[in-house]
Amino acid sequence: MKDRTLIVLAAASVVMAASIPLTPQWLVFLITLALAKGLVVLGLVLLMRTGLVSFGQGLYYCLGAYAAALVEQSFHVNDAALMLAAAVVAAAAVAAVLGFLLAAYRGIFFAMLSMALSMILFGLLVKSAALGSTDGFNIATHSLAGAKIEGSAGRVLLGVTIVSFAAAAAGLHRYLNSHLGRLSAAIRDNELRVEYLGASVRNVVHLNYVIAAALGGLGGGLTALAVGHIDPDMAYWTTSGEFVFVAVLSGTGNVLAPFAGSALYEAIRTLANQYAPNVWQMTLGAAMLAIIMFAPDGLWSLFRRRARAS
Amino acid sequence: MSAILEARGLFKNFGAVSAAADINVAVSADSVTGLIGSNGAGKTTFLNMVTGYLKPGAGSIHFDGHEITHLTPRRITQLGISRSFQVPQLFDTLSVAANLQAAAGIVAAAAKRWARGAIAHGRAGAVADEMLQRFGLAAYRNQPAGTLPEGVRKLLDIAMSLAAKPRILLLDEPTSGVSADEKFGIMDTVAAAVRAQQVTVLFVEHDMDIVSRYAQRVLAFYDGRIIADGAPATVLKDGEVRKYVIGEDLHVKH
Repeated sequence: MKDRTLIVLAAASVVMAASIPLTPQWLVFLITLALAKGLVVLGLVLLMRTGLVSFGQGLYYCLGAYAAALVEQSFHVNDAALMLAAAVVAAAAVAAVLGFLLAAYRGIFFAMLSMALSMILFGLLVKSAALGSTDGFNIATHSLAGAKIEGSAGRVLLGVTIVSFAAAAAGLHRYLNSHLGRLSAAIRDNELRVEYLGASVRNVVHLNYVIAAALGGLGGGLTALAVGHIDPDMAYWTTSGEFVFVAVLSGTGNVLAPFAGSALYEAIRTLANQYAPNVWQMTLGAAMLAIIMFAPDGLWSLFRRRARAS
Repeated sequence: MSAILEARGLFKNFGAVSAAADINVAVSADSVTGLIGSNGAGKTTFLNMVTGYLKPGAGSIHFDGHEITHLTPRRITQLGISRSFQVPQLFDTLSVAANLQAAAGIVAAAAKRWARGAIAHGRAGAVADEMLQRFGLAAYRNQPAGTLPEGVRKLLDIAMSLAAKPRILLLDEPTSGVSADEKFGIMDTVAAAVRAQQVTVLFVEHDMDIVSRYAQRVLAFYDGRIIADGAPATVLKDGEVRKYVIGEDLHVKH
């Protein structure tokens, strides 16, 4: 069975991985960040497919980053693989608990409650002097799954990020095309009918919430390792809003869309910062406006329209 | 014939309104029963108590010899009581095939809790194809449910209920909102599908042509009570039924 999404994903991952040694340092960092944030957006795509918009994915993004950093700080474990595992586990565990609360809410209530929870984490971190308060702290990585990292740590991390994104996107693609994926879309369309057919809407929402959180945690962990520094702003509501922005920019039609959207977002931001530092937010706003007016289903719909026309 | 569904002494009040007052019914397997009555007579309350969405104030409901009165709606659905809706409840952005696959997949997943995935997936696909053929929906296969004409939406809604492979199917006004020349076609399709799957049917209907043509037995509701129970020809001629349900007296006067 040929699946174009998986073929494109595999091909793009191989090309990106193969060209790592040739990529200039600034681009390595940009792509790593785009992919790491793309992972968080992947989680949002899953929630949006279920009919939910979370304005609080920053909670898991930040949790993942702090979990990875604390593993290093408290246990002196500076292996990238272990730090990322800690990020995913911490995010998923917190989401598993909070999911009991959030799975009962929809629409604006879900959005606001998820935002409130991330702002609670922000508040706690700002008050924690031991964790560097508003300044956060620096982290370092010296090995990957036991092997010492030689040469450019940034390039190694880009490799890890590409593999993480490809694996997560492929897994999510399979999930969306499975029974539970179809059920998620069914829940978005008509919860009542799903219940009357004998399935638990709450359980599916809860599961999707945990998956989205795990992806958010992984994205946060990778960002922490790439940047080498973490601070409470990762849980601030504007960070969460940025993920929603990228998700809308990308569209929820395909698991490849978040990377395209995330890369475009990072590119616009970097370029606008450099060439029009006073109006970079306005530039982003204009880009968003263009997307909403000309491709309301996100960047992805442009690809699909082309594919259909040809 | 053995009773597959039995209600014993059901009572249900909404404040001062009595929606069920001592309802006693036994429905035999593979039968088709029509429920008639004016609005507020207690037909839908009865359906809701059978599916578990309303709990009776007193009395009990038995399905295939087991009491289901206090089970959750989801559990009752899983045991094999499925319902369709007066206003079709579909997944509008999904294709017709995906609507049926979702319905069939839920059952397959519930049956094989830990072996979901591929097995449930494949079986759901087969059931969906079967329903597409049986309900003549194959032409609409890849069309989003939200773009279908009303008659087709009605059929899809019922097909989704049957994709759950129930033993009892409750139809809530299967021909309401459908044009007069479509209604018999829809009912013929449903009747054939029901026979093929050997499902016991209870349907609520206001159209007496449909009731007399498709029901083997009719229950007439009035004020929370069953005022007549028997073959359609007998019940539809009953004096009380004509007065309270069909309302012929009123038409004759003017």
